Order: sequence, then structure tokens, then C-alpha cells
Amino acid sequence: MTKLKTFPLGGIHPDKYKITTDSPIIDAGLPEIVYIPVKQHIGSPAKILVSKGDKVKVGTLLADADGIVSADVHSSVSGEVIKVESIEGEFGYLEDMITIKVEGDDFEPSIDRSTDINREIELSKEEIIAKIREAGIVGMGGAGYPTPVKTSIPENKKVDTLILNGIECEPFLTADDRLMVEKAEQIVIGAKIINKILGIQNAIIAIDENKPHAIETLSKITKTYVGVNVQVCATKYPQGGEKQLITAITGREVPSRKLPIDVGCIVQNVGTVFAVYEAVMKNKPLFERIVTLSGDACLHPANYRVRVGTPASFLIDKSGGITEKVSKVIFGGPMMGTAAFNINAPITKITSGILLLSEELSHKTEPQDCIRCGKCVEACPMGLQPYLIGRNVRNEKFSELAACHVLDCIECGCCAYTCPVHLPLLDYCKIAKSELKKK
Amino acid sequence: MFKISTAPHFQTTDDTRHIMQDVIIALMPAAFTAILFFGLNALLVILTSVAGCVLFEYLACRYWLKTSNTTTDLSAVVTGLLLAYNLPSSMPLWMTLVGCFVSIIIAKACYGGLGKNIFNPALVGRVFLFISFPVQMTTWPKPELGNIFELDAQTGATTLGILKHLDGSTSATSLQGDLPEYWEMFFGNIGGCLGEVSALALLLGVIYLIWKKVITWHIPFYYVATVFLITSIMWLITGKQSYDPITHILSGGLLLGAFFMATDYTTSPMNKKGQIIFAVGCGVLTVIIRLWSAYPEGVSFAILIMNAFVPLIDKYVTPRLYGSRR
Repeated sequence: MTKLKTFPLGGIHPDKYKITTDSPIIDAGLPEIVYIPVKQHIGSPAKILVSKGDKVKVGTLLADADGIVSADVHSSVSGEVIKVESIEGEFGYLEDMITIKVEGDDFEPSIDRSTDINREIELSKEEIIAKIREAGIVGMGGAGYPTPVKTSIPENKKVDTLILNGIECEPFLTADDRLMVEKAEQIVIGAKIINKILGIQNAIIAIDENKPHAIETLSKITKTYVGVNVQVCATKYPQGGEKQLITAITGREVPSRKLPIDVGCIVQNVGTVFAVYEAVMKNKPLFERIVTLSGDACLHPANYRVRVGTPASFLIDKSGGITEKVSKVIFGGPMMGTAAFNINAPITKITSGILLLSEELSHKTEPQDCIRCGKCVEACPMGLQPYLIGRNVRNEKFSELAACHVLDCIECGCCAYTCPVHLPLLDYCKIAKSELKKK
Repeated sequence: MFKISTAPHFQTTDDTRHIMQDVIIALMPAAFTAILFFGLNALLVILTSVAGCVLFEYLACRYWLKTSNTTTDLSAVVTGLLLAYNLPSSMPLWMTLVGCFVSIIIAKACYGGLGKNIFNPALVGRVFLFISFPVQMTTWPKPELGNIFELDAQTGATTLGILKHLDGSTSATSLQGDLPEYWEMFFGNIGGCLGEVSALALLLGVIYLIWKKVITWHIPFYYVATVFLITSIMWLITGKQSYDPITHILSGGLLLGAFFMATDYTTSPMNKKGQIIFAVGCGVLTVIIRLWSAYPEGVSFAILIMNAFVPLIDKYVTPRLYGSRR
């Protein structure tokens, strides 16, 4: 057996808990009310186009991208706009949201709702980019970076590799896994569409070895698509990190403060690529996504197709509701996700999972003094020294932080996970970053 | 209401206590061989040392550092075991307790407790005893397999002691016959500190620690390999038996030091590159002291000297940054 590809520096192996890997995607159905945030991406919030009382359909443009680094926001339901104001988000902070009362399920007529797979890419590069922009597509792996910006290559840069990120290294999450099994061909066509924009012929679908069904399905389909290949990777966290994946696949390293494009790579999450397929081939804006509802305190874990703006509580109720066992509700994965304050907050374009975790599993132990075991240094995939960053932050030696390269931190949490005395090392890194940015 | 916290929401189940538990398990084969070869005396020294260290740790936490009771993290038990392993089985028990005091109070609590000490506590205790009570610290009871209740065993020389004298003025040929066979050194049928004699027992322990991912192979390997390499070169050049590399590895405290003392988290460097430099330094110093100083054995001094370099190594030897290579 050949050695599976992986990144060489650092990384950890947390328990996988991929409970829902064999659960087919089911439609979550329609809630009574959706809350659609105007900022579900990195960049400036979209400009609101609708006002109270407006009737909207599924796919109606609600808010227009404000500038280059921004994204359009569409309605995910049909009904009446009942509120356009700030509402408590998942953290309890106020966010601008458009509240829509759901009435029926009318789609904009331009959306192709058939299940046929369209294989012929007829549009030109410019037309494709315009479609992606109009569909409001953002990176669905978690960062939410507007996709049209990422796929527009500056004149002086050259791309030779498109990597499809099917790693999904966070414990519990299986949304991308299921999508790869059930929408394999659409993803491959999506890859060809992005290839056309980039002007290259090849794409690599990176999947880690703990997803045998996805590997099998995609390997079969890619046989009929020249240039698209599956690359199986060893399971290791944080392999789904853009930089780690590039290194695992190509052996190249993205220099500090540079972008993947500087080493000739573009990485797209498989969910994003599927959205690109739907936007280009089906005229469908990004208004729904796959969400894994799971966790050790979840009664009926499942993978749902969810309309953007659906309150998390609607999904949770579908899966057995909140039991006494639930101590934390996580938006995203357990390593990088956020613990929700308000579970009525909506699912957005970048919510890959809702996890109900027990106290036992998500318990944070009281930190003790560092025993200098060096495990954080060994675990850091960026080659940083988290213990040193932590010490400097605790001692308020902020002037020494720049030499720690803390701005390279990808906030994967390997250091904090691995620390046997449970120091909040990632928190220290985040504090260090904000201190450095102050200057 | 739900709990909120920052990510990650997962944590390792590992903690200091688990790590120390594994180290204690790894040290058990050596305790077994110690009792097998040196009888109940060895057991008494081990028990006294462990009890002493735990007691001083407790007193230091309670009345001086005013921290929570850190005896539960079992690090004092490990220090106690390691200190005992560095003593001859005939060590008077009150002297053992003095060693415990120096280890825990002076070498550990004075610096602020676990994780803050610069020097390996057990080694500081050993060296203090070595300098204070040189006679008792170099009286080596002869190993007597299975003769557990024989409390007044004969004494003899350690392998390294014999090696040291091979070069000296005494009639080398008569001493040569005293040198143990390799297999005797491997199983532990030789004179020496009670925990260091059996290479097999120590090897079992270190394999367990590496398997449990408590330590990595780097420090033990580079330390032993450095000693092997330098003594091999000297041996090939001079042909003298006192440089025999295999004897050097199997005798004295090298394996105990390389496997369990140099790998101490707190007093070794934080990253792999630093650890390799540290281990090679330990190896070089050990050979220098063994071959060219007045002492037959140099592992304790070598590790303590390299301990002093750890802050410097950590400052200047940093891990390779991601992105520094294209």
C-alpha cells in the first residue's frame, strides 16, 4: 500500500464521531419564519433591497453585494418580509437580518428545478463568473470568502492546480461527505466549470480515507471526466485547512501572509463547487445547504438540506429537541465552531453543522501550570510555539509577540486540544493577534 | 441556558496525572529487577524515597507555596522512584530522606513547583547525596539473584568502576576478569544503583512510554547513539577495552538517564530540534566525564549541565515555520 498523502507538520487525531456518515440527506422542510442575515460572508454586508411588507419568492434577491468583497443574499423561502432590522444572532450580538414569514413555496421562474444533470458547459468564462456572483456564492467550508473573488485570477498570477476540499476533518460533521456521495457527478461538473474559469484542465478532489463511500463514488465517476482525479489523504486534523491541504496534495507551502494563488493553487470546498454547478447549470442562487445535526447529546442525528435563515432550533426540534444532556450547542464543528448563545439564530451559508454536546464531552477542565511537555509545539501545523505565545500574553509582553509569528496562526485549536494541563492556548493566540493588530 | 465558551470544544483526556501514571508503570520493571537482585533493601529504599518525596511535596504545597495539593498529580512519586533508582540498595534510609528533601524542596519547590524547575529534581537530589556522602553513595552491594532476604550482601565494584581502573596502574589483567558479560549487564546482574542495572527492564519501560506517546524516541535514541558513536570511534582508534561501546551503553546510569531523566518534560527542550541538540550534548558530556574525568560515571552531571542549557536552546532553536519552504 502506498503511503497516503498528508501534511507533514503537526496535526492531531481527535476522535471522529462521524455518526451520520451513512445517513442520507433529508429535506428539513420549511419553518414558519426565516431570519436571513445580510452578512454571511467575509467582507462588507450586502445592501438591503427589500422593505417590510414586500412579497418575495424563493430565489428573490434580498440584498445586493456592496463592493467586490461582498456577496448577494437571496430569499430562501416565499412569503412576506415582516421585519428588516437587527436581531440577536448566535452569539447574542445584534445582526442585520431580513425576517420573512413563510407562505407556500413559490420559486422564481428562472430557477431550473428539474433533477436532470446538465453536463454541457456552454457559457463563457465571464458569463460563468457573473452567474456565480449573481448566485451569491461564498466559501461554504466555514470561512465564507466570496467565491467570485477567489476564482478571479489577477493577471500576474498563474494557477496550475484546482483542489476540491472534501476532507471535512472536524469531528461529527458529515455534510460534505454525504454531498459527495449523493451529488458526486454534479460536483465533478462543478469542478470542470471552475476549471474553465481558471483556464486549466485538471482538478484534484481531496478526500480523507475515513470516507470510503465518497471515495468509491467519486472515483467511479471521475473515470469518465478527463482531468478530474480523486486523491485519498490520510486522516489528520486540520487537513481541511487550506494551507495544510495544499501542502498535503502538492508538497508546496504557502509563504506567510501569502495566498494559495501565490503557489499556483485554488482550493474550493466541495459544497461550494456543488453550489457553483447549481448556479451555472440550474440558475439557482445559494439559498440552501447541507447541515449535519449531530452530537453525543442529539437524539436523532441526521444530515439535512436546510434553507438559509432557518432557525437552528427548528432543526434541533426535528432531531429530538433539547434534552437534559445538552450542555453546549455548537454552530460548526467542535474544533473551530462557535458555542451558540441563542439557538433561534439562523443557519447561514457557512453553517456546516449544529452539534448538541454533552457536558461530559465538551467539558473544559480548569487549567494548571504548564509542565513544558512540548505537545502544543508538536501539534501546531504552522510550526508556532503556542506555549510561548501563551506565556507572553499572560505576562503582557506584547512586544515579543511579533517574533512568535502569531499572525500565521490558523486558529485550528490543535494546541488547546492537546494540552495536558488544559491551558486555553488558542485563546491566548487570539488575544495575541488582536494585540498585534492594534498596533 | 447553554454553556458558551471559545473553541475548541474538544479537549484531550490526557492530563498530568495520566502521564505520570504511565511513567510510574514504565518504571515498574526496573523496580522488579531491583528487588530481584538487591533484595528487600532495594524495596525499602524505593518506598522511603517515594514516601519522602510525596511528604515533602505535600508540605511544600500546604505551608509554603500555598497552592492546591499537587501530590495528586503523582509527579512527586515519579521523582521519588527516580531518586531511589539512582541510589545503591545499601543507602541508609535517613540519607535517602535527605535526598528527597533536596529533590522536592530545593530543586523543585524553590523554583515554584512542577513545570518551573530548571534542573531534574531527582538528579539534583542524587548529586547532592553523592557529594555529601561519597562513601555510602559508592558502596555497591553485589547483586544476588533471588536472595531477597539477604540484607548484608557483599559489596563489589560497578562495571564503569572496573573500566576506569583498567587504564590505571593496578594490574589490569586481574581486573579484566571482574568485568561482567554483556548478558549479565543486559539482564541486570551487575553492581550499581538499584534501578539502573537492568537494561532489559529499562528498555521495556521506554518502549511502553513511546507506545503510550508520553515521550518520543528522539532524546533516548540520540543520547544513546551519541555515546555509542564516540566510544566506538575511541575503541576502534585505541583498541582499549575501557572504550568498549557496548559495555558503555549497558553499564552505569546511561539507559536510566537517557530513557527517564533526560526525557523529563520540564527540564528538556520544547521542540524536536532542540531535544536532539540536548540529547547529543548529554551524550558528549557523558562520554567526556566517563573517559577523561576523575569520576567513573557522568550521566547525572551531563544531564544537569544540559538542563542548564535548555532555556538557551528553547530561545534560539525554534521549530520550522510553515511556509518557510517553497
